[in-house]
Amino acid sequence: MKIGEHDWNLDPLGNHIWRGRMEAGQLLALARAVKEAGGQLIALWGSDDRQLNDGYGIHAALLTGAGLAWVSCGLPAEAPAYPDLAHIFPQADRMQRATFDLLGIRATDAVDNRKWLRHKAWAEDEFPLRKDFSLLAAHRSPLAEVDAYPFIRVQGEGVHEIPVGPIHAGTIEPGHFRFSIIGERVLKLEQRLGYTHKGTEKRFEGMDINTGAKLAGRVSGDSHIAFAWAYCMAVETATTSTVPERAVWLRALFLEIERIANHLGDLGYLGNDVALSFGFMQFWRLKEEWLRLTAKLFGHRYLFDCIVPGGVAVDIRDSGKAELAAEADRIETEVRSLKAIYDDHATLQDRFANTGICKPDLAARLGLTGLAGRASAQAWDARAQFPQAPYDQLDVSMATQRRGDVLARAEVRFAEVYESLRLIRDLLQRLPAGALHAPLAPVSAVCEGLGWVEGWRGEVVVAVRIGADGKLDRVHPHDPSWQNWPLLEVGMLGNIVPDFPLINKSFNLSYSGQDL
Amino acid sequence: MATHLILQKIFKTGIVSEPAPQANLALRTREQELHADILKVFGQSVTIRHVDAGSCNGCELEIHAINGPHYNIEGMGVKFAASPRHVDVLLVTGPVSRNLEVALKRTYDATPEPKWVIAMGDCGCTGGMFGESYASCGKISNVIPVDVEVPGCPPTPIALLQGILAAVSQDKTSTSS
Repeated sequence: MKIGEHDWNLDPLGNHIWRGRMEAGQLLALARAVKEAGGQLIALWGSDDRQLNDGYGIHAALLTGAGLAWVSCGLPAEAPAYPDLAHIFPQADRMQRATFDLLGIRATDAVDNRKWLRHKAWAEDEFPLRKDFSLLAAHRSPLAEVDAYPFIRVQGEGVHEIPVGPIHAGTIEPGHFRFSIIGERVLKLEQRLGYTHKGTEKRFEGMDINTGAKLAGRVSGDSHIAFAWAYCMAVETATTSTVPERAVWLRALFLEIERIANHLGDLGYLGNDVALSFGFMQFWRLKEEWLRLTAKLFGHRYLFDCIVPGGVAVDIRDSGKAELAAEADRIETEVRSLKAIYDDHATLQDRFANTGICKPDLAARLGLTGLAGRASAQAWDARAQFPQAPYDQLDVSMATQRRGDVLARAEVRFAEVYESLRLIRDLLQRLPAGALHAPLAPVSAVCEGLGWVEGWRGEVVVAVRIGADGKLDRVHPHDPSWQNWPLLEVGMLGNIVPDFPLINKSFNLSYSGQDL
Repeated sequence: MATHLILQKIFKTGIVSEPAPQANLALRTREQELHADILKVFGQSVTIRHVDAGSCNGCELEIHAINGPHYNIEGMGVKFAASPRHVDVLLVTGPVSRNLEVALKRTYDATPEPKWVIAMGDCGCTGGMFGESYASCGKISNVIPVDVEVPGCPPTPIALLQGILAAVSQDKTSTSS
């Protein structure tokens, strides 16, 4: 695989994914080459490989013009370390800190070595994802105190701090936001996340493959299908199993249903956050009707556990196809009429436009991705550029904007709702006949795979290693919120505190997906 | 003109709200030790604070959903508030992550008596897929007392409403009045 001038020794795995191993020292050169060619770091994670090869592993997934480069480097068992990547890709910062908290693998020469996922639940010299860290022995007496965290202080006359969270005022997930402000204007926002860290990655260890799919779907509930599909894709790659064509098409149908449900909800909340409760009520009416039809056709409002390793668990009948297609038509008409109102509503436009701006050059430098990235001219959508089946037959049209403000993120959602409704009609019309499920090929040796799915929020990547006993050895699920949370800090600068809920909602990032 | 379009849309949409479901008393986990006169007041109106104690955010999707127009919860006297100091009920989701254990206890302590706790979702009721571990305390009742458990992954809006109504309904509750 050629990146820039250099030909890197990476092998195609299918699905536009490339696989390679290298010395940790080479990682830096690869990262530089990817950066120079306009690519991005998507995910970085570690593993305890001492039972396999007497050491640890550091793994990265990098987005390039030719697809996703998945590289692994072996690290020594004593003082495992790899070169800092955050000075090339700033989005690596939190991933590196999490990798240290969980595995004790350090990024050499990193500027920021503060803890990230570790609060007080385990000690500084303990590393939960090491194989010799016992899951049960580690459950200790109740905690009495919250931990201290070294926030970066803004000092000067008139500056003060507003601490918010972890328990928030609305129905949202927990996290801590530290605003440094003058008057109402925000000088700095610093996030402290990790509150919902519930040991998801450790939970995967030793789990059977089918149960793993259920857990993967619960990494971030609002992206259930994206995670379940990426996990299954990884497992199917690892075991070199094939999935029936109809199952693959149904997976795409589910993914688009999930995208529409989330976008409708967000468009309603964006209206709500600028005091247009009409918008909330209308979009949530549509979302509820969409969820009810989903439950009627597939048995679950959010399609939980509808994707299983080897295929899908539910089918759609001809009558259901007609019903879903008719609902897609109806929703489109309704959304278009609501869009006309949003477009015409002076207060809404005033609040949306020029609020929470992430300019394209900054978005590129800091690795903004997915939906929010596309609203800041970061034109990446795996469904369009690196289409896996069935998207290779669907010709997805990518939605982009350049403004990088709340309005742009709303516009991308509108465009993606229309496109997903079109895709749903297309998928229904051309849905191939055949089986829903094929058994996975048996596992006889250690094997690994990677799944890559463009979820509604952005790319979801799941890396899986299966042990020789057929049980999961290491699973790393990656949510795009990892990259986008720091951009919310940037997008907030210079805005006023009361606009935070609006800006936050326009990104709508997952806490659980990054806290793991 | 947006106002004209909004009014047109409102009239065209009509009222989509549906009648309230019945309370599901089977979801109660313990006898509620409250005076009947207090229940009488609560029976008419109840204010809830949602606390995500480590959920995957699936349950939150349905809490949002019951705030939509189909469910008309404020018409039933159910209202969500921003502070635990203003509420009668804590609606708690998740397995309790150890990183939120202290925050959950503090939220519970900040809620004035009398109060109820509803554990929502399979993880809240049993620990679910995440169970107990170095990072998870498991079910909500491992950390604070729970009055009503609403299972499901996530529980449907109807199941959730039945649980909320069970928490505040007057039937078969008072032992001390």
